[in-house]
Amino acid sequence: MSKREKFKLYLQDFWRYRFLIFYLISRDFKLKYRRSVLGVVWSVLNPLLMSLVMYVVFSSIFKNLKGGGIDNFAVFLLIGQILFSMFSEGTANAMQSVLSSAPLLRKVYIPKYIFPLEKVTFALVNCFFSLVALIILMICTGCRFYWTAFLAIYPLLTLYVFTLGIGLFLAMATVFFRDVIHAWGVFCTALMYFSAIFYDPEQMGAEIQKFIKFNPMYWYITGFRKCVLTGEGLSQNMIIVCGGCAVVSLLVGLQAFRAKQDKFVLHL
Amino acid sequence: MKNAIEVRDVSMCFNLSKEKHESMKEYFMALIKGKLQYDEFYALKHINLTVEPGDFYGLVGLNGSGKSTLLKVIAGVYKPSAGYCNVNGTIAPLIELGAGFDMDLTARENIYLNGTVLGFTPAYLNEKFDEIVDFSELRDFLDVPLKNYSSGMVARIAFAIATITKPDILIADEILSVGDFLFQQKCEQRMKELLEGGTTVILVSHSIEQVERMCNKVAWINKGELIMDGPTNQVCAAYRSATK
Repeated sequence: MSKREKFKLYLQDFWRYRFLIFYLISRDFKLKYRRSVLGVVWSVLNPLLMSLVMYVVFSSIFKNLKGGGIDNFAVFLLIGQILFSMFSEGTANAMQSVLSSAPLLRKVYIPKYIFPLEKVTFALVNCFFSLVALIILMICTGCRFYWTAFLAIYPLLTLYVFTLGIGLFLAMATVFFRDVIHAWGVFCTALMYFSAIFYDPEQMGAEIQKFIKFNPMYWYITGFRKCVLTGEGLSQNMIIVCGGCAVVSLLVGLQAFRAKQDKFVLHL
Repeated sequence: MKNAIEVRDVSMCFNLSKEKHESMKEYFMALIKGKLQYDEFYALKHINLTVEPGDFYGLVGLNGSGKSTLLKVIAGVYKPSAGYCNVNGTIAPLIELGAGFDMDLTARENIYLNGTVLGFTPAYLNEKFDEIVDFSELRDFLDVPLKNYSSGMVARIAFAIATITKPDILIADEILSVGDFLFQQKCEQRMKELLEGGTTVILVSHSIEQVERMCNKVAWINKGELIMDGPTNQVCAAYRSATK
């Protein structure tokens, strides 16, 4: 079989299972809010309350350190919060997805990448709900709306692809070493402090600024803020870094996943 | 005419690690000590099998002889360590009933979820929904979470979903041992209907009577090796005399 035919088969397979992704997402959604009184309202309420907590903490206790001098700190904070939680939720769930679908994978043939893909897409869906919270907060704080806000779709979607690539890689690694689950949790916490969620690196020293720029998350979050909060739009660097990280991550993740996927079922 | 299934020289090897290394530390410790040995276990050894379209093929053998492994290779769950397996047509696997079910969801939700696992479209499932429910005789329990079902009830739903379509190949692994005798008869009936419609069926069963009653060809597997295959009466007679 030529490479082209193989690729075509690959796409056909994906197309055949598109509804499965939809039903898996709807299952996750139903189970997430089953037996809760407020139900889906939590999707909006949760980021609002979380950022309220962080807002109170960082604008009172650490007032002199960070947060001071940032216009509309509440919105600034919530943007960082939403994007980072999409990344951490998406990767963490994708990481476990292959393991937790073991009963299914042992009995039926399904393309295995469906599971990480579904979890990361679920994180994106949740993120859209959080954006409702963002809009509410922007209205409440009297934040100006810029037309550049529509450009924010670029950092958001590239972040989705970036998350997917990492999720695929982690899902593969977790099948062979369960340590990954524990290590990734720690790593994510460390990453959070270097993602400029509750501070602006421009207020920090030049050393730290340089360091933070190696973190892709900084670029996605800052790109989103420049579009929505300040109305500056995306700089050329942002377009390149956001897109580049996404493509590299997806290629590496997919390649690693495909190389090992036939062995999964023996290790589940 | 193309064969429905061609199994050519298929071997399936499992690494039975004495201790399973599930953490990196353990793994590297074992690696350094040079203790990273695996016991290779061949669940299937050089199996050759040809199933023609329209066959009702039975697989017999004692527990642990490799029947289920062979079915999983055919269904595409396992990739064989050596050899290859060609399958022409769509497969409806009934390897374990209710494999794709989420016990927290209701039967209605599960019909759609499991249906899409098997590759059906929602539109098709809408169309066939009543047929599935009627076959399983569980209309009163449609909106009850599956965890409150009995295993027989789960089996009914699963069998109904897997056989609503007319698959080219139906793979059934001891599924008929669940459910009461009325349901078993109903399943046999359904399989015969499918067979008349041109579906190829592969059946694993421990009930030699059932195999004799339903199959036209049988393969006998023992400890991963194909002992014999051919017409039902010959193979079954040999199997009976060998296991007595």
